[in-house]
Amino acid sequence: MSKYLVLIYEDEASYAAMDPAGFAAVAEAHRAFMADNKDAVLAGEALQPTATATSVRKGVVTDGAFAETKEALGGYYLVEAPDLDAALAIGKQVPAGFGGVEVRPLMVWDES
Amino acid sequence: MSGPARGGGSGDDLAGSAVAAAVAEAHRREWGFVLAATARVAGDLDLAEECVQDAYAKALTAWAESGVPRRPAAWLTTVARNRALDALRRDVALRRRLPLLLAEPPEPEPDIPDERLRLIFTCCHPALALEAQVALTLRLVCGLTTAEVARAFLVSEATMAARITRAKKKIAAAGIPYRVPDSEDLPARIDAVLTVVDLVFTTGHTAPAGTDLVRTDLVERARDLARMLSFLLPNDAGVAGLLAFVLLTDARRAARVDVDGRLVLLADQDRSLWDREAIQEGRRLVREALRRRPPTRHALMAAIAAVHAEVPSWEATDWAEIIGLYDVLLRHWPSPVAALNRAAALGFAYGPESGLRALDALALEPCLAGYAYLAAARADALRRLGRTEEARAAYQEALLFTDNDVERDFLAAELAELPEPPGRQ
Repeated sequence: MSKYLVLIYEDEASYAAMDPAGFAAVAEAHRAFMADNKDAVLAGEALQPTATATSVRKGVVTDGAFAETKEALGGYYLVEAPDLDAALAIGKQVPAGFGGVEVRPLMVWDES
Repeated sequence: MSGPARGGGSGDDLAGSAVAAAVAEAHRREWGFVLAATARVAGDLDLAEECVQDAYAKALTAWAESGVPRRPAAWLTTVARNRALDALRRDVALRRRLPLLLAEPPEPEPDIPDERLRLIFTCCHPALALEAQVALTLRLVCGLTTAEVARAFLVSEATMAARITRAKKKIAAAGIPYRVPDSEDLPARIDAVLTVVDLVFTTGHTAPAGTDLVRTDLVERARDLARMLSFLLPNDAGVAGLLAFVLLTDARRAARVDVDGRLVLLADQDRSLWDREAIQEGRRLVREALRRRPPTRHALMAAIAAVHAEVPSWEATDWAEIIGLYDVLLRHWPSPVAALNRAAALGFAYGPESGLRALDALALEPCLAGYAYLAAARADALRRLGRTEEARAAYQEALLFTDNDVERDFLAAELAELPEPPGRQ
């Protein structure tokens, strides 16, 4: 088994324009995703929008995200899967209607 | 070559060269089979490649001593797999890091299963960039050296080596599995494989650059790959269509340049030079592939090639049938290049005026900006209409976007044959 981080990139403007019922539907979709994949999902969190982000480069603190992009990192799931195809199958189920996901394998440290 | 040749050849050199030829033949035909079966045991593509290379080297001496085995692929696979198992037993750390999916590493069995589909699907995984898929397929399935793959795509060997290394690293690090995809994913994954083989074929059929019109090495590898796929996936209409397309298109190879190496258009080709055997096989496959609905893109492209192959001369071409097939192709597999070919066919069917109208309608298609064949087709239509100055400009534009010397020479000759503008005689 390998671990993969599923990074959720979506258009923040679409969320900003969303009403409470829309938010509830997205939250429910995530709950359903986690229930469907409870054996594979090790962790997962949602992030506050990039407007709340603060970047630090060489000790200099600035307002904003590290890179300005239309689709910003908005959350992640840490999943365990036997191979990339299985991880991608999970990634395809992640609710990310305003963007998509990036699936990255975690680094494996050789103990020898 | 030293050592006794037990086969009793008429001299060591002769026996040696026969063995070398047998090894070369096994390399050409069996590399993919041997590597695929070895990768399953090795669990790592680099280790598998090393062991397979070693097995081929051993074959040179072993076959000289005891004769060429009855089943060279089985001999090579057993030697390569044993070496891989030895390496894994010796190196426990290596064993722990096995990146390729191996629920239980299989022990070598007497009847070696054909694992080539696993290898092909791993090389053509959509998580790899298309150019990396092509490079890996040629390297691992066809057994081309890195230098050969680099030459085929006109990049330096260092660039190609880096590309292959990066792709192999991704396979290992991301856990791209070594297996045939689930039935749910299979159609899309087969299509990815077809795209790779198509790209190898197209690159060889008309080389994007260089001195030769055709890169025979690539065309033949593509044909081998299409044949391999049709053997491994006998019931897939897309694969049958691809093989038909390759056979019917490549059947014209001998007629595509004249004795001086100059380009000969389809209209002017000596059809007695076409490969009848390939055409017959291709036509049989087309019929088979077209029975499936919806028709696959290669089946339709093959059907168009078959319409040309079926008639004795350019004048006898059934343009209505060809345009009808392009319409079906565009409905199911819309692409600007197919639209361009249809527009050119309209010109041959109904005259240059109709052709030009259809070609000009594609002028704003961004994919065709800088596509030499659009400018060349316009130039030809304008020339036929006697619009010499516009034709001249279109030929010049086509030349600007053409890097293949044979095609450049053809366009330059057409350009030179245009009548001089009035007042300059």
